[in-house]
Amino acid sequence: MNDESNIQVKKVWKILETVMDPEVPVLSITDLGIVRNVKIDASNKINITITPTYTGCPAMDVINMNIRMCMLENGYKDFEIKTVLSPAWTTDWMSEAGKQKLKAYGIAPPNPKQIVCTTDVFQEEEAIQCPHCNSYNTQLISRFGSTACKALYKCNDCFETFDYFKCH
Amino acid sequence: MNDALISYILHLADNTLILAQQNSAWCAHGPILEQDIAITNISLDLLGQARNFYQYAAQIINSAKAPSPLKRAGGEVTEDTLAYLRDTRDFKNCLLVEQANGDWGKTILRQFLFSNYQYLLYEKLQHSNDEQIAAIAAKALKEVIYHLRWSSEWVIRLGDGTEESHQRMQNAIDELCMYVDELFTKADYETALLKENISVDVSLLKNAWYKKTGEIFSEATLKIPENVFQQTGGKQGIHTERLGYILAEMQFMQRAYPNSVW
Ligand SMILES: [Zn+2]
Repeated sequence: MNDESNIQVKKVWKILETVMDPEVPVLSITDLGIVRNVKIDASNKINITITPTYTGCPAMDVINMNIRMCMLENGYKDFEIKTVLSPAWTTDWMSEAGKQKLKAYGIAPPNPKQIVCTTDVFQEEEAIQCPHCNSYNTQLISRFGSTACKALYKCNDCFETFDYFKCH
Repeated sequence: MNDALISYILHLADNTLILAQQNSAWCAHGPILEQDIAITNISLDLLGQARNFYQYAAQIINSAKAPSPLKRAGGEVTEDTLAYLRDTRDFKNCLLVEQANGDWGKTILRQFLFSNYQYLLYEKLQHSNDEQIAAIAAKALKEVIYHLRWSSEWVIRLGDGTEESHQRMQNAIDELCMYVDELFTKADYETALLKENISVDVSLLKNAWYKKTGEIFSEATLKIPENVFQQTGGKQGIHTERLGYILAEMQFMQRAYPNSVW
């Protein structure tokens, strides 16, 4: 890759940093780790590769459109957005900055160690920190929350309910 | 080979679409809010799988030079034509997923029986020689783990709950257990794709499935009845009457107003 296309790729990444997730509007799609690759091919076409967080994520079509709009607004015409499923998205790809932004927004960020991703029933739940008062004295209300990527928790200290971006 | 591959992908898609459609009927009717949200979340996950499989099937059908009866609608086949414009005989879902929702216990049990199967299936299918099928399975497997845990826990709660909840679960087992064997009976298209390691030999999943089911049922104080007559046919397009009603509702808009969009 020559310097010219290197600079182009960096510019496109900067643009993609401004595309927000429609369901968690404080996170950009790069914070979430949805953008997997930006490449310029031999004919100078820009190839953007994205991956869904959840299989049925209804936001993917909107994200696709928002990327398209954002690229067009920035003067790019010759580009293609491709969706891939493999390797499957994991919460480990969420950036540190993204996790901090989530917490400030009132959603507990995913724990790094994925201990709950097995089929065993009635497992001891991970300790999830309340994003409001930082207490670990919290309890699971439902493993399925307001969107596919979140679980619902309650804080036993400040009594607020909150979403947890569950491990995946 | 192409015909078998298309049939196989449609079978995988139809399983998930029909179960998604049935589960979604609980939206705003769940016994409590959190579980209403849970079952509709599961529905959404399944619908996502269905879309991925249909998109892939459409891609193969469109790229095949041979004329396909699925192209009858004129022009390109899409995920929507496959979902909305095929008839009951074209659907290849197993009979289990088209059984009526019944009460909450029956819906939970149907989900558990299916998720237990789907977990074992996708665990193998993620290593399929077909890259796209493998990718869809690997991605969905993470979600199926949540479905299996959730439904297992509810089978235990309800089975080992009150006298009434126990009785309702046992009734649900009696109603659904005749559709279990089909899950482990290979269709011709599954057999045809075995040699190339594209499909999974479902007959080999049976023992692991019964082991897990036995563990959950014993904790739930429920019994699996023995020597039950087993009904098959769904995977070959021979369905119970109910699928017709499901499709009539699901396909109504596209049948009444072809190509309508919103
Ligand atoms: Zn708190």
